[in-house]
Amino acid sequence: MKHLHDVSTLKIIPEKCTGCGVCILVCPRAVLSLNKNNTIEIQDKDKCMECGACQMNCAFDAISVRTGVGCATAVLSAKIQGIDPQCGCDDKCATNCCG
Amino acid sequence: MLSNKCEYTSTCAKGNKYPVFVERFEQTRIGIIPIVSTEWTWRERLDSCKVHWGLNRMNYKVEPGIYGVGHPDSNSPVLVSANYKLSFDKLRQELNDIDTWILVIDTNGINVWCAAGKGTFGTKELVKRIRLHCLPQLVDHNKIIIPQLAGPGVAAYQVTKQTKFRVVYGPVRAKDIPAFMANKMHATPDMRIITFSFKDRIVLTPMEFLPALKLYPIFIILLFLLNWISSQPITRFFLVESLPYLGGIFLGSVVVPLLLPYIPFRSFAMKGAVVGMIFVLALHQYAKPDVYTQLAHFLIIPSLASFLAVNFTGATPFTSLSGVQKELTWSVPIYISAVIAGLTLKIIHVLTIG
Repeated sequence: MKHLHDVSTLKIIPEKCTGCGVCILVCPRAVLSLNKNNTIEIQDKDKCMECGACQMNCAFDAISVRTGVGCATAVLSAKIQGIDPQCGCDDKCATNCCG
Repeated sequence: MLSNKCEYTSTCAKGNKYPVFVERFEQTRIGIIPIVSTEWTWRERLDSCKVHWGLNRMNYKVEPGIYGVGHPDSNSPVLVSANYKLSFDKLRQELNDIDTWILVIDTNGINVWCAAGKGTFGTKELVKRIRLHCLPQLVDHNKIIIPQLAGPGVAAYQVTKQTKFRVVYGPVRAKDIPAFMANKMHATPDMRIITFSFKDRIVLTPMEFLPALKLYPIFIILLFLLNWISSQPITRFFLVESLPYLGGIFLGSVVVPLLLPYIPFRSFAMKGAVVGMIFVLALHQYAKPDVYTQLAHFLIIPSLASFLAVNFTGATPFTSLSGVQKELTWSVPIYISAVIAGLTLKIIHVLTIG
């Protein structure tokens, strides 16, 4: 299953990539792959859910993505309160993520 | 900073009251550690059912610290867990006949994925717990296994830099842990991918439907008021008239989540609208109300189902912030206009016949 086409903010900075592959390992959606030049490339951008695991685990700052929660309840309540969308089971968002 | 005098005794071992899953206590190099059972008691089964229905889910926690499974020693692997009890329970359930240590970190009782997104299952907390609970003294190796879904919160290279422990990303699902262990701690590509099966979705529906049900009284009250103003006969009883809207709630919060991959369009808003539209068309084949009510159904029910479908994005493992923002940008103005138009039609109808 994939969500909307071409919306993810995921970007690779190839010059910084050392091809260590940790981002491929942590990505739970198989968005990234290693190309012939031993550099990361985006294989399927539409699968990306901007969780930020790749960016967090890249020791070389070769990945940038605006991370956040893909949760309408969080986005709406943040808009109403004028804050950044946050997800968690202690607020109204994604009650189910606790399951 | 490694100190050889690190001491830690589980708080469970200090009092007389300890959790039901603790089998026995064992004296280790660092102190007394509880050894936990890999079986769930009937009470725990009941509790895990209850949390899926929203009962007591905010207070379903395990005390952070170190626990053992089986007969662990200084060479046994260390698995890290969130302190949401269901996360911890799902992990220990898979560890039958596997001698391990479990390091439970404090995520405020929130599961791995959500806590990692929030940063509570993060580098800082993990490093803190490794030191606080004397992990370097407990084991002779330098490997810790963390769930792959902690990735958004934990920078593995930072943990290594700060503690000397090498982070091994375990599989996404706890049930793959025995195979992962048997495979020399190597996760196959399958174990690395999030799935979202029918079964995964069905357990989520109660907590979609129950909160959505709170919208239903609004329809009952509005229709009651309209019936009352127009002094309609009992055949137009407001409860019966409100049932199609209950249908809309059910479609958006239960039917769309269950049939998610089979409903056309990638957009959740479109999925909900399509299902709502089909429902209204089918409904009018069997019960044909006046034209105002029909139009109100067409305007409000698909909007309702669509809105609730968009709300399901938060529970799925494939939507992004950018995607959800895009959906809401165009859908929310449509919902508001459709609901206002539908209500206006009903009011005009009431005024003209009243």
